Amino acid sequence: MADPSSTDPIIELTGISYSYPKEQPVLKNLDFELRKGERIGLLAPNGSGKTTLFHVIMGLLPVSEGSIRIFGRKIETEKDFVWVRRKIGLLFQDADDQLFSPTVLDDVAFGPLNMGKTKKEALSISRRVLSFLGLSSFEDRITFKLSGGEKKLVSLATVLSMDPEVLLLDEPLNGLDNNTRIKLISVLKTIDVSYIIISHDIDFLLESTDAIYTLNNGRIEKDTTVYVHSHDHAHMMGNVPHQHD
Amino acid sequence: MLQEPFSVGNSFLHRTDPRFRLVSALLYSIVVAVLYGFFSLIASAVFSLALVRAAGLDGKTVLKRLALVNGFVLLFLLILPLTAGGDIFFSIGFLHIYQPGVVLALQIALKSNAIIMAFIALVSTMNFSTLGHALNSLGLPHKFVFLFILTYRYIFVIEQEYKKIWRSIKIRGFSPKTTLHCYKTYAYMIGMIFVKASARAERVYRAMRCRGFNGSFYTLAEFPSSGKNWLFLFFMLFSTFLIILMELYFYG
Repeated sequence: MADPSSTDPIIELTGISYSYPKEQPVLKNLDFELRKGERIGLLAPNGSGKTTLFHVIMGLLPVSEGSIRIFGRKIETEKDFVWVRRKIGLLFQDADDQLFSPTVLDDVAFGPLNMGKTKKEALSISRRVLSFLGLSSFEDRITFKLSGGEKKLVSLATVLSMDPEVLLLDEPLNGLDNNTRIKLISVLKTIDVSYIIISHDIDFLLESTDAIYTLNNGRIEKDTTVYVHSHDHAHMMGNVPHQHD
Repeated sequence: MLQEPFSVGNSFLHRTDPRFRLVSALLYSIVVAVLYGFFSLIASAVFSLALVRAAGLDGKTVLKRLALVNGFVLLFLLILPLTAGGDIFFSIGFLHIYQPGVVLALQIALKSNAIIMAFIALVSTMNFSTLGHALNSLGLPHKFVFLFILTYRYIFVIEQEYKKIWRSIKIRGFSPKTTLHCYKTYAYMIGMIFVKASARAERVYRAMRCRGFNGSFYTLAEFPSSGKNWLFLFFMLFSTFLIILMELYFYG
């Protein structure tokens, strides 16, 4: 992987402002850059505009000010964003929003079919992605009958099947049990894409990202470097060798 | 919970191409709906029953479904003989039982049971998504099929949300009474479900746009063609034809 700072930015936001109707602006004159190979964590309080930022990048929310460049291309119209959505995959916070087809295979094939792949191609892509995520036996499962963790992994499959170059993950660990969590982290380590993760889980961010940014007053702050450090702690039987989750 | 108890099974009917089943069920029920003769009506009820048997469905569950319909039919059976007018069949005191009413009520009872049983055997033996895809490949517009499948997918989510709200109402000591407070709570609950549903719809639509949705809907489903399908269709058409003949012979 090339040194991130030497490559052109994949996502380049300059002076972005966004406000929901009749409300204070959520994003104010925001600048942001993501380069190839970068893995960034976004840690900020609720309501600070993290999800809004993702939706702005995907063109789901129209910005009032500022410019968006993706892979060097200026993005303005809905048509431009259609192109963006093939390059960037967004994993929604709630998997129930993402999975709408009756069966898992239908859902995973939805993206590829929309991209103009034939039925056969879409099927083979979907099967490959499902088997990569260890979900091969899930093909014919009914989406709404999956457990929370399974839904999250299948949602990831639906995004990965479009072969994105960037992933935007909106609180991917929300409500996941430990096993699914471990699986998700190992998947993130294996795939060769740049990504931004919104999460409140600092351990997870430290493990799967290279830098942690925060959103403050509608702007991205990069200079809040997070230092890894350890604390002493005490509990019963602490003198016996043990592990913590 | 909404369920599809009949969609799992391995009978000959379950394995038949859904499109063939749909078409034959539709034709058959149109014919049954316009029958008048009791000979052909009874024949079709027996035929439908045979179809249910052939589908190897759980008798109890089928009876439960039929009870639902027959509750409605019972209304006709009670009201029509008393109100239809025409020749008097017999009288109990001041109550007159009219003959055309009795005939009409019995016809409705036989027709509706025959049609429901045929649909249980032929259509509810496929799951909802298969039904959607079958309709699609029979030439129904994409939009319709799409609406159909999405309704099915999210009705469960709405049900879950309803249950969530209901639980949170219950754990705070709510018990239904005839009070303004109670009606207000119900109104809030219904309102909240609508608000949540529309917010959900917005998020789902966003997620679909992110995956390149542009209004058209593709389906992966394929139905392998086999001679047995045509044999089944022929059998269904032939039986339907026999019923028409009976009707013409005994009634027409």
